[in-house]
Amino acid sequence: MIQVPETRISPPQQRHELQSAAALQTASASLKASEIRKFLLQRGNSALADRWFHVLMLLCALSIFGIVLLIAGELAIGSSLSWGQFGFDFFFKTYFDPYTHLPVYWDPVNGHFSALPFVYGTLVSSFLSLLIAVPLAIGVAVFLTEMCPGVLRGPLAFLTELLAAIPSIIYGLWAVFVLVPLLREYVNPLLTGSLGWTGLFSDDNPTGLGFVAAAVILAIMILPIISSLTREVMIAVPHSQREAVLALGATRWEMIRMGVLRNARIGIVGSVILGLGRALGETMAVTMVIGNTPEIHRSLLANGASMASVIANEYAEATSNLHRSALTEIGLALFVVTILVNAVARLLVWAVTRGAPARSR
Amino acid sequence: MGVGIEVINLNAWYGANHTLQDINLNIPANHATALIGPSGCGKSTFVRCLNRMHETNPIARVTGTVRIGDLDIYEDAKPVEIRRRVGMVFQRPNPFPTMSIYDNVASGLKLNGFRNRHALDEIVERSLKDSALWDEVKDDLKKKSGASLSGGQQQRLCIARALAVDPEVLLMDEPASALDPVSTSKIEDLIFQLKSQYTIVIVTHNMQQAARVAEKTGFFLNGRMVEFDSTHKIFTNPSDKRTEDYITGRFG
Repeated sequence: MIQVPETRISPPQQRHELQSAAALQTASASLKASEIRKFLLQRGNSALADRWFHVLMLLCALSIFGIVLLIAGELAIGSSLSWGQFGFDFFFKTYFDPYTHLPVYWDPVNGHFSALPFVYGTLVSSFLSLLIAVPLAIGVAVFLTEMCPGVLRGPLAFLTELLAAIPSIIYGLWAVFVLVPLLREYVNPLLTGSLGWTGLFSDDNPTGLGFVAAAVILAIMILPIISSLTREVMIAVPHSQREAVLALGATRWEMIRMGVLRNARIGIVGSVILGLGRALGETMAVTMVIGNTPEIHRSLLANGASMASVIANEYAEATSNLHRSALTEIGLALFVVTILVNAVARLLVWAVTRGAPARSR
Repeated sequence: MGVGIEVINLNAWYGANHTLQDINLNIPANHATALIGPSGCGKSTFVRCLNRMHETNPIARVTGTVRIGDLDIYEDAKPVEIRRRVGMVFQRPNPFPTMSIYDNVASGLKLNGFRNRHALDEIVERSLKDSALWDEVKDDLKKKSGASLSGGQQQRLCIARALAVDPEVLLMDEPASALDPVSTSKIEDLIFQLKSQYTIVIVTHNMQQAARVAEKTGFFLNGRMVEFDSTHKIFTNPSDKRTEDYITGRFG
């Protein structure tokens, strides 16, 4: 009866002794409890610092809007001269040479400014590049996720993503020295020979430059974005979906089509759009191979120009205010087009993701 | 009509893990056979060997003989052909979320190139009736996605999907373990009705379930089949001490 309370009391006592011993050891460095309280009290409630932090973060967030607005505003002001002179005609008008009666779109010397060939060039080269890059990228992603032996998977995925890190000027140089001669000597004759009847491939451009060259180089540049994102969304498809299809007696290809690609299609659409975004605005490599001719031809082998390429080419040498303003207006249009493309793409994704079942078949 | 399954000296590995050791048994046609045993005993691996799903994992390996009807599935046929004749229902319902209810059921036939729309309509209706889902979904067959159904409905949809290709054998890997009691009893009723037309092999953790639906029961332990007999015998008078310990709840 007497021993029990003793044992109960002893542990706290011990702890207290230990604490005071530790306190004695570091007496010179530490503060007494009351001093800690005093120190903490003197710091106040820091309400002001908190408010400053809030404001600072808000400014960071607002700077995004600010930057977008500044760009749009600057482009709008810079292009007002051209806008005032041509209005909407700027994007649709076709001038005609008084002597040859051939269409003229862009002739700074004679004051003819129409952005039509650049809009056309940007759209044609971008969509053509998607046509090449999308099947290739999906093929790469399918191989990497579904069939690649483990040893190859890492290095291949790494290499694909490394393509995205190469500066576009390097792509441009490679295109000029390797791709364009290759197209000129082998591919273009083949295209004109076999598909010339469509009118899309005519042999009147001996340089090898043009839309096809631009599209091929763009395709290589957007390939890593599309394939790495596609790979990620394919990996995210649950294993149970693959098993469900296999258990129905599907071959491997059928399993990939029905169990993987079908489930991943929203993500794939998203990755294609990101690729398109890059293709529309890509400047350097395209400028080096598209031919920089402000004309519209039915042939995809013809020289052309894109919105980005004409700005890069002419802005430094634009001497008249109208010329500079017209280039700025093209910049504004490119700005708007990229935003519109993204908006349309988001709507598309939204329409697909609403959860509505795919229609039968 | 279902066919019997004959398993001779079946061994399976998962990497270095010898998950099934010398399994021999005969599963009767047009009956339900339950496989019970504690987690990790190899019963899931066993049913996955019956439609060659086990080997879809690159580190998995199988030896031995499995005859479904008169077809030696590891000798005479490709996995794809076998899986067309042996349907499977998984533990977690896995309908195709991007497809309508109708397309989910029709997917097996469409996959194999079946195009007759009129016949397809009939088969979808029959499969959904067989899986006791028809009345609940008949009004929005093509409107709703397979993923919009409840868990129990999804599992019955998966059963309908497996039935639509008219399999000879239906494998069910813990088909009710992710479901609530009401859905579970619906699935059990379903198995009870289906076993006159199909050979059903059902893996379950739930011993009452095995007792309710199956004529034959096999007890698996540590990769071996300890006992295989009529369900009545297994649950009332097992010949092996380990079976008795398991069904009386002494372990597992």
